[in-house]
Amino acid sequence: MIPYVPGESPVHRCPPGRKILALVAAGTVLFALPRLDLALAAALLALAATGWLYRVAGIPGRLMLAQLRPLAWILAVLVLVQLALDGWQAGLLVTARLSALVLLAGLVTLTTRSSDLIEALQRGLVWAKPLGANPAKVGLAIALTLRFIPVLAAIAAEVREAQRARGLEGSLVALTVPVVVRMLKMSDDIAAAIDARSYDPDRG
Amino acid sequence: MSTRDIVFVALFAALTAALGLFPPVTLPVVGVPITAQSMGVMLAGAIAGATRGGAALALFVLLVCAGLPLMAGGRGGLGIVMGPGGGFVLTWPVAAFVIGFLYERNVRTLTAWKEALILVLGGVVLTYAVGIPWIAAVARVDLVKAAIGSAWFLPGDAVKVVLVVLIARTVRRAYPTLQAR
Repeated sequence: MIPYVPGESPVHRCPPGRKILALVAAGTVLFALPRLDLALAAALLALAATGWLYRVAGIPGRLMLAQLRPLAWILAVLVLVQLALDGWQAGLLVTARLSALVLLAGLVTLTTRSSDLIEALQRGLVWAKPLGANPAKVGLAIALTLRFIPVLAAIAAEVREAQRARGLEGSLVALTVPVVVRMLKMSDDIAAAIDARSYDPDRG
Repeated sequence: MSTRDIVFVALFAALTAALGLFPPVTLPVVGVPITAQSMGVMLAGAIAGATRGGAALALFVLLVCAGLPLMAGGRGGLGIVMGPGGGFVLTWPVAAFVIGFLYERNVRTLTAWKEALILVLGGVVLTYAVGIPWIAAVARVDLVKAAIGSAWFLPGDAVKVVLVVLIARTVRRAYPTLQAR
């Protein structure tokens, strides 16, 4: 998991909604520039600006590099392909642009608590109310999802043990079907329990 | 949406996340990993139906964007959506909806072949139609190369479709959840 690095820097204090919007804007601009030299200049500038923001946020360089590690050899292959086909400028552009965006996205995650981000999302969904999305219902669904993941893992472990006793541990179908059926039954019970407590998201 | 629908949405979002516990294999050239998570998309559509399945995957993508490490290999954050595989991930909600819609339309006349066809349409054809141009744009390779690189997904996709047909048919007999549309 990408850890949250606590801090008091301006990057930390910037509201999560604004950070996400800035990231989307950066992504759009970097991909929208039509000319190669313009795009290259913008990508290098974005990379430098991102590095500066990491310093402002007080994130150690080790963590910054860790953001790029999953991307490292994808980048290496991409650069080789670009060098062979389009020349060094295109290779540099792809590397700089992808690294800048992934680093920037990593920065948002590093400087924002998940709970704050989810809260911001929930608040951001208020505009979607006329479209039929109810922020309270989305909030309930988010909370349930986070709770269900460890429950699913526990049920899967139980079923795997039961199927091993029957000599079926190699069969994915014999593992998945009982897990899904048990989860479906459990969902009905949970829904009944929520309703029995008079939960009404329409009234908040 | 009733409370039961909300719980179903959460369940299938969590199922897709749990399928990410299988370690991913990253493809060369296109840089997109093969994961079991696209099975979550197919299962959500085939078992939960169009509305709930689509909402489940939309919720999943929302949580990934919020930085939760729900993608295969414990990845998460907006970097996923910005990266080469973003097109596939962003199409998942639509794919789950389309699969669910076709399942609900044909719920009385489903044969194994028909199910496989629906899953291939929604889970393979539709996601590739967005995913491949996305790779081409992000990685600046041309469409043909992105398509050839993505062809490595096809054997895995075939296995997933067969598994989902087997699972969905058995689950439907044990616990019917779909309503005819």
